[in-house]
Amino acid sequence: MNDGVNGVALAVFIFFFLAVTVMGFLASRWRRAENENSLDEWGLGGRSFGTWVTWFLLGGDLYTAYTFVAVPAAIYAAGAAGFFAVPYTILVYPLIFTFLPRLWSVSHKHGYVTTSDFVRGRFGSKGLSLAVAVTGILATMPYIALQLVGIQAVLDVMGVGGGEDTNWFIKDLPLLIAFGVLAAYTYSSGLRAPALIAFVKDTLIYIVIAVAIIYIPIKLGGFDEIFHAANEKFSATNEATGKPVGALVPGDAGTWTYATLALGSALALFMYPHSITATLSSRSRDVIRRNTTILPLYSLMLGLLALLGFMAIAAGVKVENGQLAIPQLFEDMFPDWFTGVAFAAIGIGALVPAAIMSIAAANLFTRNIYKDFLKPDATPEQETKVSKLVSLLVKVGALAFVLTMDKTVAINFQLLGGIWILQTMPALVGGLFTRWFHRWALLTGWAVGMVYGTVAAYGVASPTQKHFGGSSKEIPGIGEIGYIGLTAFVLNVVVTVVLTFVLKALKAPDGIDETSPEDYTADAGDKGVAVELPKVGAGH
Amino acid sequence: MVTPVRVVIALCLVAPFVAMLWVSSYAKVDPAFIGIPFFYWYQMLWVLISTVLTMIAYQLWQRDQRARKALREGASR
Repeated sequence: MNDGVNGVALAVFIFFFLAVTVMGFLASRWRRAENENSLDEWGLGGRSFGTWVTWFLLGGDLYTAYTFVAVPAAIYAAGAAGFFAVPYTILVYPLIFTFLPRLWSVSHKHGYVTTSDFVRGRFGSKGLSLAVAVTGILATMPYIALQLVGIQAVLDVMGVGGGEDTNWFIKDLPLLIAFGVLAAYTYSSGLRAPALIAFVKDTLIYIVIAVAIIYIPIKLGGFDEIFHAANEKFSATNEATGKPVGALVPGDAGTWTYATLALGSALALFMYPHSITATLSSRSRDVIRRNTTILPLYSLMLGLLALLGFMAIAAGVKVENGQLAIPQLFEDMFPDWFTGVAFAAIGIGALVPAAIMSIAAANLFTRNIYKDFLKPDATPEQETKVSKLVSLLVKVGALAFVLTMDKTVAINFQLLGGIWILQTMPALVGGLFTRWFHRWALLTGWAVGMVYGTVAAYGVASPTQKHFGGSSKEIPGIGEIGYIGLTAFVLNVVVTVVLTFVLKALKAPDGIDETSPEDYTADAGDKGVAVELPKVGAGH
Repeated sequence: MVTPVRVVIALCLVAPFVAMLWVSSYAKVDPAFIGIPFFYWYQMLWVLISTVLTMIAYQLWQRDQRARKALREGASR
């Protein structure tokens, strides 16, 4: 596939990497000297920025290894089935529009920083709050793992590390380098790496996207050629299963899978710890809604990026591991120096979100597990120390996912995280609209969903491994293949509703609700609404 | 309180779900657009449609909120 190290690309890649890291480091020092408090700014997503700048920065965060590597790789391997990412991102925005302004209001009224905080305040249940925190941390790990796989793919194609025939150490070297860089990066810059670094990263990403989706199709002779080549590849028969290897449009059997994957992913996205932090940091309730009107433009670019998977086929890229398809396509198509730029964009575009995710998970641990359960009188220094340590442990957890799961279908990492994080939705979104659910019912529903989802995912085999080989399975009672996360979620809701009826009939003690109905519609400037939220942990 | 404006807002927000989850309505190759099969360009078109719908919902919501506020202030005067 690749012979030797691509020297020019590697040099450009390293140059950008060092430049961005040094810049982030210097910028954070410079700002620290000027004003201690301004450090929080980037940690909480740039509240002082206007709608367009926020849009620019948020978009950069949405572009991770998921968009650049995993989605096109899924298209490269199976065709239409991987395109569910587009309807997924379309559905995210109406959901944000509906749910998140309420969360913003109640959080700013009561100083909630995490979803666990809200759940505890709303349902007066420490157990439920713990469940939400643990789920958030667990679900973040495979998502970070996906970023590691993305960086690894880039390093692999550049020729750092080796092919399948070298010994295990050399083979996993790109992964270990990626991990080391991520860990060092989080420590040096953390969330302190201010807006400056984000601007560089996002500019790089946008340049690469623009060039890739214009230059490559022209070079390949237009979309007619591209889809013609893809069609030829997908109509070939898979010798193992006797079915075609893929399809340009999903067949009858695939429509359920497609729809449930899109819906499940959309519901899951805004419950991850890092996306909640970002949303809560916006200046007002209104900014959230206004942003949902312009954020969808990103889905359009995601769609075009997804088509890169087809372009890789048309360009004759042949790789065993699908994750390498897009980096390989870039290397084949672009001059060496621009390949370096593109790889730097993918690499930094995976590193920064991974750092943000691990810090969000660490803060969740510090605030909702360490302080609530282990050491309520912890000093800020202790909190910071714990946060830093946990952010490292989260990454070790992510590494474990990379090593145990099938790396050739990286999109499954994100889908596995989705299965888990979706189980916090009844408590969170349910709680935003009604206090009807009983806390014990929610906890039981959560447990049922988690167990079902994990067991079901464990039982999915793929050609390359026995367990956790995929994220879709037959839906019990319907008989169609669907996303496990959504099935587990429905089960969770059913259990929660039934048990709530039972517990209410038994007059089981309800927790204390510290919120009141008008808290959910409060806006900036109203009485008692804090503009600044309290800070925790390493990033702040 | 259900008002006509709010029904329209709800419809704007629900429409993308109906369109995108009804996969069999767009799982086909023809008609292609500049070589891109229907399946792909249709979904990308829906990105634009859903953006417009969310914008409408946002504008209507703003107006609804202002009207409600004015009503409240008028009543308390």
